[in-house]
Amino acid sequence: MNGATGTPTAGGQSARPRPRRDWGEAIITRLIQLSGYSAVVFVGLIFFFLVREGLPALVDVPLRNLFGTRWYPIEGYFGVVPLLTGSLVVTVGAMAIAVPFGIGTAMFISEIAPRWAREVLKPLVELLGGLPSVVLGFLGILVLSPYLRQLLDLPTGLTALAGSLLLGGIAVPTIVSIAEDALDAVPRSYRDAALAVGATPWQTMWGVTLPAARSGVLTAVLLGMGRAVGETMAVMMVTGNAPVLAVRLASIVSPVRTMTATIAAEMGEVASGSPHYHVLFFIGMLLFVISLLVNVIASAVVFRQRSRAERVLS
Amino acid sequence: MRTARSLLVISVLLVGCGSAPASAAPGHPVEFIENRGSDTLVNLALAWAELYQQEQPEVRISVSGGGSGVGLAALINGTVDIANASRQIKPEEAEQAQAHGIRPTEFVVARDAIAVIVHPANPIGRLTLQQLSDIYSGQIKNWSEVGGEDRPIVRLSRETNSGTHVYFLETVVRLGQKDNHTLFSTDTLLLPSSEGIVSEVRQNPNAIGYDGLGYVPPDLKVIAVSRGVGEAYVLPSAATVNDRSYPIARDLYMYTAGEPTGVVTAYLEWILGQEAQQVVGKLGFVPILTGAQP
Repeated sequence: MNGATGTPTAGGQSARPRPRRDWGEAIITRLIQLSGYSAVVFVGLIFFFLVREGLPALVDVPLRNLFGTRWYPIEGYFGVVPLLTGSLVVTVGAMAIAVPFGIGTAMFISEIAPRWAREVLKPLVELLGGLPSVVLGFLGILVLSPYLRQLLDLPTGLTALAGSLLLGGIAVPTIVSIAEDALDAVPRSYRDAALAVGATPWQTMWGVTLPAARSGVLTAVLLGMGRAVGETMAVMMVTGNAPVLAVRLASIVSPVRTMTATIAAEMGEVASGSPHYHVLFFIGMLLFVISLLVNVIASAVVFRQRSRAERVLS
Repeated sequence: MRTARSLLVISVLLVGCGSAPASAAPGHPVEFIENRGSDTLVNLALAWAELYQQEQPEVRISVSGGGSGVGLAALINGTVDIANASRQIKPEEAEQAQAHGIRPTEFVVARDAIAVIVHPANPIGRLTLQQLSDIYSGQIKNWSEVGGEDRPIVRLSRETNSGTHVYFLETVVRLGQKDNHTLFSTDTLLLPSSEGIVSEVRQNPNAIGYDGLGYVPPDLKVIAVSRGVGEAYVLPSAATVNDRSYPIARDLYMYTAGEPTGVVTAYLEWILGQEAQQVVGKLGFVPILTGAQP
């Protein structure tokens, strides 16, 4: 309330009466502020906890071992590189599947589908997003992986590809839902203008609507990616969890072990305070840093795009 | 999955508990036994607890799994009365126990054999321990190298935190030699449950896996194992485990903190007796009393 009350010099606003709002609104404002800050505090505390439990890994385990290529914790091999590459392969594969499908579906729902189809499709897609990943994991283990093995003549169907397909399926609803909102928010006048100058509906969609919604679509993709990186259960069930260094092209159709699956599988029985325990937290720290980077890049890109768009429009 | 099933059984037991106190004679205080540990032992421990509670309604036994390490850790922290383990207590765990002022007492309650399983269509029916070791360490990569079809070998294993994994590593991959530091091949698939191994072996003719004898379904092919080239190939069964001719068999343990007392003593004595050991045989494990085989 920066002293605006009663000073007639503060523009024309001094005329507004504001006797009763102070108490109630001040409390509500403070509460909202508090919950806003609490998110920051929680994230900070979680990161502090991860660092406190994870950093000792750098002391307990020689760096050559920690960044080595062999993961076999019960014998003291703590190489996290196979786990990093495993997560990378599965996530990149998942995004290669989810991005085209997700954006395509969002464009269909927002631009092409008739109104009734749209009202059915969007809730259905969002329902798919609520499906527990364990259920998808069961489908993966019983249906997808045997099918993949026979189709591609692989030694086993429990591969990075199976994980990517499932994760793709998990990321698609996130991408569709947010990208569709972004496309929907593009002003009708943009489309009308494009159609008026003779663009086909396809040209309008591809050349006008999608670029106009670019920042929202990008957010959708990055959030979908966050969902894929962090997913554990389905991945643990179908990727085979073999800690091989996934650097060749054939790694896509080989078993891999992801960081999340490693933490989930091993945290239960690790002695607290042991090097293995600290290394698992170190992996958690890496995951946190990766998702932080993804988020920072996302907001940087979105911010840049928005300010450019505002400059163009003004 | 096994854990899920055992949870279900536990909750059934708990529901039973809710109504049971009425049947317990008034004046008899209800005694509780907490029992946790090895996933290998969990079904057996549940069966024992169920039967024992029918006979002794004033005793309540809660059983849960989690792994041998979880059970022993809980014993050391004093949260359970009996820890189930599919391996002997490790020296560092014994040290930890000592630091907490606990001297774990060991009971051999049953025996277990690990069966090596393959797809029913796989022509291979027998292997030596050395061949199994070479397969799991990655030196043998194709079934044709052990006389089978020209197919790649897909190795399946339990996760590293499973007692079965450690036992298989020591007995098979390292052939029981203390100074042998052979490791599992890195491309060995580490599956989080017995069910995962069984379902992959069932549908994949390239796969080889291992699991407790009690968990092998009849539709999979069990491999006969020999200790060396000139020796007999033996299929796992109660008889071959008890006469020690099957090479991949082990004892299963229960640990108590110090000498057991009161109701826990009675329970352990009952477990080592004829009636409880018959349950062991029914669940696919091997009873410790030779006379108790079904």
